[in-house]
Parts: sequence; structure tokens; C-alpha cells
Amino acid sequence: MSAEEPGRVRAAVGLGGDDGDEVGPGVAALAGAVAAAVLSPLAWLLLRATEIDPAAALSLVTSPTATEVLANSLLLVGVVTSASVLLGVPLAVLTVQTDLPFRRLWTVLVALPLVVPSYIGAFAYVSAFGPNGELADLLGPFGVSVPTVYGLPGTALVLTLFVYPYVFLTTRASLLSFDDSQLEAARTLNDGYLAAFRRVILPQITSGVTAGALLVALYVLSDFGTPAIMRFDVFTRVIYVELNSFGVGRANATLLSLELLAVTAVVLALESRVGGDETAGYGTPASATPVVSLGRYRWVAAALPALVTLFTLALPVGVLAMWLVRSGPGYAGGGLAFRPAFAANSVYVAAVAAGATVVLALPVAYYAGRSDSWFARATERATYLGYAMPGVVLGLALVFFGIRYAPALYQTLPLLVFAYVVRFLPQAVGSTRSSVLGVDRQLLGAARVLGASRRRTFRRVTLPLVAPGLLAGAALVFLTTMKELDTTLILHPTGFTTLVTYIWRVQEAGYYGRAALPALVLVVVSGLSMIPLLRQGGDDA
Amino acid sequence: MRNAGSEEATRSPPRTDDDTGAETVLELSGVRKAYRSETAVSGVDLAVERGELLTLLGPSGCGKTTTLRLIAGLDAPTEGTVTVGGETVAGDGAVTPPEERDVGMVFQEFALFPHLTVAENVAFGLDDLDDAATDARVDELLDLVGLAAYGDRAPGDLSGGQRQRVALARSLAPEPDVLLLDEPFSNLDVRLRVEMREEVKRILDEAGVTAVSVTHDQEEALSISDRVAVMHDGRIEQVGAPGDVFEHPESRFVASFLGQADFLPARVGESAVETPLGSYARARLKGVTDDYRGATVDALVRPDDLRATPTADADADGRVVGRRYAGPSFVYRVELADGTVVSCLHNHTEEFAVGTPVTVELVADHPLAWYPDR
Repeated sequence: MSAEEPGRVRAAVGLGGDDGDEVGPGVAALAGAVAAAVLSPLAWLLLRATEIDPAAALSLVTSPTATEVLANSLLLVGVVTSASVLLGVPLAVLTVQTDLPFRRLWTVLVALPLVVPSYIGAFAYVSAFGPNGELADLLGPFGVSVPTVYGLPGTALVLTLFVYPYVFLTTRASLLSFDDSQLEAARTLNDGYLAAFRRVILPQITSGVTAGALLVALYVLSDFGTPAIMRFDVFTRVIYVELNSFGVGRANATLLSLELLAVTAVVLALESRVGGDETAGYGTPASATPVVSLGRYRWVAAALPALVTLFTLALPVGVLAMWLVRSGPGYAGGGLAFRPAFAANSVYVAAVAAGATVVLALPVAYYAGRSDSWFARATERATYLGYAMPGVVLGLALVFFGIRYAPALYQTLPLLVFAYVVRFLPQAVGSTRSSVLGVDRQLLGAARVLGASRRRTFRRVTLPLVAPGLLAGAALVFLTTMKELDTTLILHPTGFTTLVTYIWRVQEAGYYGRAALPALVLVVVSGLSMIPLLRQGGDDA
Repeated sequence: MRNAGSEEATRSPPRTDDDTGAETVLELSGVRKAYRSETAVSGVDLAVERGELLTLLGPSGCGKTTTLRLIAGLDAPTEGTVTVGGETVAGDGAVTPPEERDVGMVFQEFALFPHLTVAENVAFGLDDLDDAATDARVDELLDLVGLAAYGDRAPGDLSGGQRQRVALARSLAPEPDVLLLDEPFSNLDVRLRVEMREEVKRILDEAGVTAVSVTHDQEEALSISDRVAVMHDGRIEQVGAPGDVFEHPESRFVASFLGQADFLPARVGESAVETPLGSYARARLKGVTDDYRGATVDALVRPDDLRATPTADADADGRVVGRRYAGPSFVYRVELADGTVVSCLHNHTEEFAVGTPVTVELVADHPLAWYPDR
């Protein structure tokens, strides 16, 4: 929200107080068209739902299977969210407020699991601890069987390990903006650190913790890869399975999708309330100097981030690296040989998606950054659907659209790219919009006074100035497309294999060694995608 | 004796009042604080008596805020002892945490808890009272600071002056032995600052609390304190009543820090002293002894001690080299024949151009402080 303020201020001081005169009707129409296209999958989904007989729909929704799916999903969200809070908050407190040894290093390391796509994490865990995994191979000869990693415990464990950084990061931000002199004030008023934490710090970081928890909840609801690999029946997994069956399965998938969207909408509504409810301090925020001395427990406390790093980074990367080293002839069998063309396919489709997304983001971002009208806000909001709509649901809607209305497009690259655009448009709009807001309006006024037309002003002044934002947006979309699982799996043209679909096929077949190289490549790619995010968030590490 | 060799004399412990036998509530002895390689406080001795307001005054980086934090327990001294209310709270390696000391503190930015109301802020330190007693005490304090009607407000809705009153009420509520104020007025605008000085002084007097405040503003220190301790480079240079310290600074630093100070070379003779402004009776230098006969000392002259009069070039002591207009007055900088530059305070109606040749006359009606030549 605060990003809007500079724009308003500039609008007031810039030349030409009238806001509308800079944005022509053409831009508004273009932005509206993009918004409509992005919203269309929701329309297809609803259209499909109306075709289902209401009585049948009711019995499907209330069937024991559907109820179980709902219960499983909510249970998983509850467990992962709670566990993420229990893990993320203490880590944030340790790294921000105490004299933990190497706390800068730990800050980076415990945030890093966000870089590993959770399906890769799940794959690594299954390949290490699953029935055909490394541990089973080791212990098998001794007649020891490993407990199963499948189901709720494994799914919850893996998801927690790779998404708790959301809570860590939002809590850390809250703690960094906390004014340390309040803690000192509490201590001079006779509270020890623990009492002061409870009475002064906790109430003020609650909104940060909640924001992170809701991000975790959204992620868990929409994540398909982890529950699919760990075989736990939540919405996304069941929708995917039903999508690939015919007859009543498709109807069931549609209804489950709507149910999932409803649950997601509830979480989003909660999130928007939390976002607006910040009790901002008015003092100067203190620096990130430690305020609590752990004394001789410093090294004991360091065990927590060390263990977390072991399980989130060292173990998965270690497992993948081990498979890589060992992928000798014994692992090369079967008809699933890796080909460099798969990587080329990934790069190709991601580049096309990045280009298309940025081109479509520009009118929306420009309009939203330059106009205060309700229509500008509405078009911008519409593009955020990609955040709210789980990939599996989007895939389903587009499958339905392709089969019913555009058979020529079904299972083609354009439809796949369109799915990527819908999914990642918010990223591009976000970075472009902030650079549009960063353009001093006086420059535009100066160009106009010097005789340049509106179009020429845009080309000669605005575009060069927002180009870095566009590039950053494109890079982000490129990298996230590379690792996108859900829509790629559902919509990729037959015979078009990317890194992601390859990993999926070999992991389903149990050829873990095959997936090691592409999986490591994706981990690196995901790591790169964090760089623009960190740049945007400012370097506060 | 007050002036002679005063820069060395500051190493000795400051005086303690022996005329009243007043009770010492806070005592620092040999307190030193070093951060890694830097020494922030290098040997502070200080005794504060019950009910008085003592101000630590000095430029930024002189160690005054560190001293305050050492008293509060927010930092631990490297060496030395701190005693509050007869109890040693730091010394011999043992340090009592702030929550177990009877000290209150008003923070520079006030540090009010934004998630609590004004009344809840004031009640924060009142853990050991029951609800009724807590409410009564909160009402009493809000009354004292003139905010009786503001109990339900959020701190964010208050003005700067009101926040400061709440911060005062909150720190006074648990009846601390010593109240510490860290640059309490620096966060207020200039007009409010003067008003709040008097208000805070009234509240502290009414509460009868012993207080130590910290500031870099000499006017503030002189106007509200019972005693002022001037700090420089981690040490206390001089402690005393505001008037004493201002009129009889024991060191050049104290003289320069409290108001505009210039130093006039003065050669001590039998009964007269020779200065670039001419010859004056020796008695105009405070307490100068025969030991200094024949020596040249530096006499402290402030702008109101001197007057400039325009004159012909031949009679001039020097010429005007700069002037500062401050509304009601002018301060002229005059460079004397020997290169010494002094300042003269004049009414705003007396306007001389830069370059004007002038005679300068010593008009001070009090003996001048002086320092051995460097």
C-alpha cells in the first residue's frame, strides 16, 4: 500500500494536476483487455460448473471422499501453518535479537529453503527415506524396514521445512522495525526479557507473524507437487487425478476446484484484513544490533538453525548430489534417458512466457501507476488472480476451455504460455508498476513542454526509465516459469518434455538417479530467482 | 585556587555537599566503560543526593548517555561501582539487571508502547499492586502530569509534549529511587521545549524524585538543574550549581562549552595586568596570586564582558572582522592587533560595518576567570 503514496505525492507536485491527461483511452482499453483475458479461466470454470446437474453436484460435494479431501486439506494447512510459526518465530527472534554466533550467516541459511521448490524437496525426501530410497537400500540387508514417509506426516514435514521461511521473513521484518528502546523501557519498568517479550514485543509482531502464516496457508492450499509425491489426498492431488479420468471425474474436479477457490478466498480475505491492521510505531526503528545476550547458551541456541539447515539444505542437496555421482550404468536403464533438449525446451518456453508476460504487464502497470481511477485499480487487482488461483485449478480451467471452445489450441504451446502469463503476471506488474511510480512526473511535463507528443514522451522518457523494472520482471517470470510444475504438467503439448515434466516422469517411475541433475539445475535456477526478490525487498540481512 | 591548575584538578573527585549532610541516593565510583577498542566513559565519580536534579552536560560522544545507561543497567561498566539507594548494583563483576534496580527512565524518543493505551502504559510497571490500587496510582500520575482525561487514548494520537508527559508518568509510577532522563527535550520543537522544561521541573519537584538528566543543550542544563556536571571525553570536568559552573568554569573546555568564550592573553604584573586592550587592575583577574607575577595567563572574556567603539585608525585596538545579527542584538568579532579574536555584544541599534577600526573596552562587572598559558 505504501508504494502508492509516492505516486500521489508526485501527482500533486508534478506539472499538470489533472491525472487523466497522461493516460490515453487506448492504454485503459489495453489494460482492460489484459485483465479480462486473465480473468477468463475463472469464467470457463464457472461455466463448466453450471453444466453439472445440481443434485449430482450436491451428492458429489457431500460424498465421503469429498469431505475427506476437505478435511485433509484443512488438516494439512493447520499442521504446516502451526509448525511454520513454531519454527519461524524462534529463528527470527534468535537471529534478530540475540547474540547468536554467526547470526548473519544463519539469517541467510534459514531463509534459503524458500529457494528449493517444495516438490524437489519432497522428491529428495522420498528418494532418501521412501520404500525404494537410499535409507531402505542401506537398511534392507539387515531386515530393518523404514517407516513410511507417505501421508500426512511426510507431507507436513516436507512442506513445513520448505515454506516456514515465509513466517521467518515476515517476523524478522516486524522485529527489525521494532523500536528496541521499548524493550529497554520495559526493563526499566521491572520486566525481565521474557516478560517484556510477552507484554511488549509479541503484541507488536503478531501482525507480521500472521501475515507469514497466511502466506504459508495459501502456499499449502495451492501446492500440488508435494502432496502428490508424498501421496496425501488433498484438493490439488485429487483434482489432478480426477482431471485425468473421464466422465464424472471431470465434474468432480470442477467442484473440488471451486471448493478450493472458496477456501483460498477465505484465507485471502483474512490476509487483506491483517495487512491493513498494523499498529505502526512512531519512534525511530532501532538498528539490528542484538539486545539479548544468551551467555553460555549461545552455542546451544545455534543448534536450532544448524539442524534446520541440515534438514532443509544439506540433506536434499546431499541426496541429489549422491544420486548424481552414483548414476552409473545401473541407473541408466529404462526408456527415460535425459536429453539436453529438455533443458532447451524449458529455456525456450520460459523465455517466451517472460516476454509475453512483460508485454502484457506494461499497459496494466502503466495505467495503475499513472491513474487513480477505480477502473485502473480494478484492472490491476484482476491481474492478481494468478496469485490466488492454484496452478492445478488454472490448468483444469484451461483444459476445459481448450477441449470445449478451442480444440486447435488444446495441448499447444500458446495455451501453455497463456497459463504462465496468468500465473506470473502479478510479478511483472508489481516490478513494472513500482518503476512507473519511480518516474518523476516533472520529467514528463518537461518533455511535453519541449514539444514532444504523449506518445513520443512515453517512448523517449518513460520507457527507458522503466526498462530496468521491466527487465527485472522478465527475469523473475523466466526463472519461476522454469520451475513451474502444476500448469506445465497439465497443459504441456504431448511430446514436449521440459526439465520439470522429465523430473515428474522419472520420479513417478522411481528412477531417482535420473532426476538428480535436472533437479539440481532447478534448485540453482530457483536460487537465481531470489536475487531480484531480495533486491526489491532491500538488503537488510 | 579555583582556577589555577584547574585542568589537572578535574581528575580529583567532585565535591560533595557537606553543609546539609544530605543523603546520597546514587553513587558512581571509578566507573569506566570500554567498547572493544574505544573508551566511552573513562573514570567517572559522582554522588547524587536525594531530591536533586543533576544534569550531565556535554557534546555528543562525551559519554553522558553511556553513563546514564550504566546507571540504568542497560549496559554494564567495565570497571567501577554503581550504587543505587545504598545497594551496589554494579561492581566486582556482578551486575544487577535493569528490572531489578529501582531506576526509572524517560527515553529520548519516549518509547511508549504503541499497542497499549496511555493508562496501560502508565500501569505497565505496577505489577505488584492490585487492580484498584493500580487504577488509583495511574489516576494520581495522570493528574500530576495534567493528562487526567487522556487515559484511554493511544500514544500515537498524542502530541510530542503529551507523549513526554506520559513517559514521565510511566517512569514515575513505580516510585523509582532515581529517575533518568535521556535528552528528554530533544524530540520537541523549540517553542515547546522551553515550556516543557518548566513543566518537567515542576513535576519532578512535586514527585520529590531524585533525577539525573542528560543533555547537550547548555541552556536547558543551566535552567532546570540543581547541579550540572559537565562531561568531556568520558570524564566529568566540573560539577556544581549552574551559576558557579557558568561564571567560574574550571577549564577552558567548560568555559567554551557554556556559551561563547574567548581568551585574552594577560601578563600579570605587580598590581596591574597588561592585555591587548590595555592595562587593567590585577584584581580583575579572580584570585590571581603573586606566584603568577611575570607570567602570561589567558583571561576568559564573554561577549557581554566587552564593548567595541568605532574610532580613528591610529587609536584602534583592532577591527571588526565579522558580525552576527540575532534580532535584538549584534555580536561583533574583533581581531586585535596581536591576532587574538574576541566577541562583543551590542544592542541591535549599534551597527558597524565589517572593517571598521574599533577600540575594545573591558566592561565586565565581575572578576574574570583565567587559565595558565598553554
